[in-house]
Amino acid sequence: MSHPTTVAKTADQGETEKSRSNSTRQSSERERREPSSIELKGLHKRFGKDTVALDDVDLTIEAGEFFTLLGPSGCGKTTLLRMLAGLEEPDAGHVCIGGQDVTDIPPHKRSVNTVFQSYALFPHLSVRDNLAFGLRMRGESKTEQRRKVDEVAEFIQLGSLVDRPVDQLSGGQRQRIALARALICEPNVLLLDEPLSALDAGLRGQLQVELQRIQKRLGMTFVFVTHDQAEAMVMSDRIAVLDGGIIQQVGSPSEVYEHPRNAFVARFMGHDNLYAIHASGDDWVDTELGRLRLDPAEQREEQDGWLLIRPETLELNAENLNAENPENYNQLQGKVMERLYRGSHVEYRLEVEGVTMMATASNVGQRLLNVGDKVTVGVCPDDLVRVAS
Amino acid sequence: MVESSRTASRSRAVIGESQHLLFSVAPGALWIFVFLVLPSLYLMAVAFMTNGPYGLPQMPLTLDSFEQLAGFGFLGWSPGNLYTLLRSLWQTLIATVLVVMVAYPIAYYITTCRVKWRAIMLLLVVVPSWTNQVIRTFGWMNLLAPGTPLSDLAQWLGVIPPNMGLYPSNFAVTLGLVYNFLPFMVLPLYAAFEKLDTAQVQAAQDLYASPMRTFWHAVFPQTLPGLLAGTVLVAIPAFGMYVIPELLGGGKGMMLGNLVANQFAGGSNWPLGAAGAILMLIATFIGLFAMRRIGKRLGGGEEVVI
Repeated sequence: MSHPTTVAKTADQGETEKSRSNSTRQSSERERREPSSIELKGLHKRFGKDTVALDDVDLTIEAGEFFTLLGPSGCGKTTLLRMLAGLEEPDAGHVCIGGQDVTDIPPHKRSVNTVFQSYALFPHLSVRDNLAFGLRMRGESKTEQRRKVDEVAEFIQLGSLVDRPVDQLSGGQRQRIALARALICEPNVLLLDEPLSALDAGLRGQLQVELQRIQKRLGMTFVFVTHDQAEAMVMSDRIAVLDGGIIQQVGSPSEVYEHPRNAFVARFMGHDNLYAIHASGDDWVDTELGRLRLDPAEQREEQDGWLLIRPETLELNAENLNAENPENYNQLQGKVMERLYRGSHVEYRLEVEGVTMMATASNVGQRLLNVGDKVTVGVCPDDLVRVAS
Repeated sequence: MVESSRTASRSRAVIGESQHLLFSVAPGALWIFVFLVLPSLYLMAVAFMTNGPYGLPQMPLTLDSFEQLAGFGFLGWSPGNLYTLLRSLWQTLIATVLVVMVAYPIAYYITTCRVKWRAIMLLLVVVPSWTNQVIRTFGWMNLLAPGTPLSDLAQWLGVIPPNMGLYPSNFAVTLGLVYNFLPFMVLPLYAAFEKLDTAQVQAAQDLYASPMRTFWHAVFPQTLPGLLAGTVLVAIPAFGMYVIPELLGGGKGMMLGNLVANQFAGGSNWPLGAAGAILMLIATFIGLFAMRRIGKRLGGGEEVVI
């Protein structure tokens, strides 16, 4: 399959405009638009003398995927996104979009659009003119602009917002306009730079769902940047966790959450129960908690590292701990230090063998434990995960 | 009962407030009345009086001074005053355009500097105006006089005839005006640039605008309020400028301000001078009105306060 827009865009500007003025072709193109894959090879970026923003990044993003770049501030995720947009030039390496090397192509010639963190709406233009900006710059006819603005307004359900001045919009409304302004150009890839970070929690959750729905409906490649691991897990097909300009792990939300590759990823995904491994054998490890059995299938090559125990896998005061072979089941004695009642579930901070351990219990048919209660903690060997340092 | 007492207390509060307002505004209002309104009224009256001996105004009220201003004298019509008016308008226009062209890149450049440097750069723009305008203008006389390197260069290039200087000339007046009013354009433009969100520039690029079109469609419209404010700050005082054309213009570079000043200072004709001053006032108001209209049409959401 060819990518008509990508090809046109990399060709000279005059030709681009000529091919776009053919409006009948344009509208039929919408139906069979192919999303683009992205390939990054050996990307390097340095700011100033010693700030390394990206360190030899290789990454492949599939066409039509909702892909999230996740990491703490300064990890290089925004730099990476800006390189896809063409707003930042790599010191070394290549950016390929839709099979085409676009490393040296300026932003205005890339079929990629961005939703900026600050929305970056033009205050001197009306909402309608903001939406039509990209189409106007591409030289599409007035009637075509009007038709597409109405179309996108319906698609994103902007309603009467279209005829309001930009400075009278709320944060959520601005966010939707910014999204619509980027989507209207029907890019091969949509880039989103923390677009929800300025919104309050309720609206945020609502827009997370909406964004994901829009992506699935358009089948467009979305590259989403966020520092919020919960947001990343809810929305993404795949997540790349970045730190220090290096990709730490790429995988589906469940892979990254349940099998973090290293301690950084584990901590960033919100895990607290990490215990240094002192020694290990085929099916056991020694940690501060003492010797624990683990599933031999879970073996890793590294001998040292960390043991991850997810709070929701712990069984508290269970009567029948793995009745079949209880000797294989890890049992620890602990004490409740703190109770956090979350409604749907309860979090306990336990002290086990003198170290802190978080446990989550479902709030269904269970007696709440009180602070100071003694508790038996059951850990199934299957649920123990070894994590590299 | 309760209602009425509440109304009463509210109206008392309003009276208290308005009294407070009266006390705070009164000194300023008095000042403006005594030193602006009264002299202006007197000036208008003088304009309609007759020129007496020693140029002092006297009765009866006539339109003589306006006829003189329009160029009608004992020897029939002469275009001298009309030329002066046109020259003033032309000099103002040219100087303002040049000031914009010089100030725009300067203001932009300053916003791209680090915060620490910006204050210093702005200071450098403003510092020259701490020196008296007359002294600075004398400086230009020395720089542009015959025999100076700049004049020699102009002669060598064939721009001016041999043994002449760049001063006195209309060119020298334009240069003086541009130099003098530059800070008044740089500062409002700088403020406009500083408010500009760089993400918007990137958004324009991202939405297929070439660098040129990014400037025209995303940057320039947002600096318009600053540009218009600067234009008002430059054009109005430039139009009435006295010192620069007096010193750098020679006999041929006279502007309206000089015409007016000569009628008073020379003691030759107060009513004529007053009529000239009123003409300047009217022209200025027309200019301001036009700027307001332009500002409303182009400024988008932001109203340009003049």
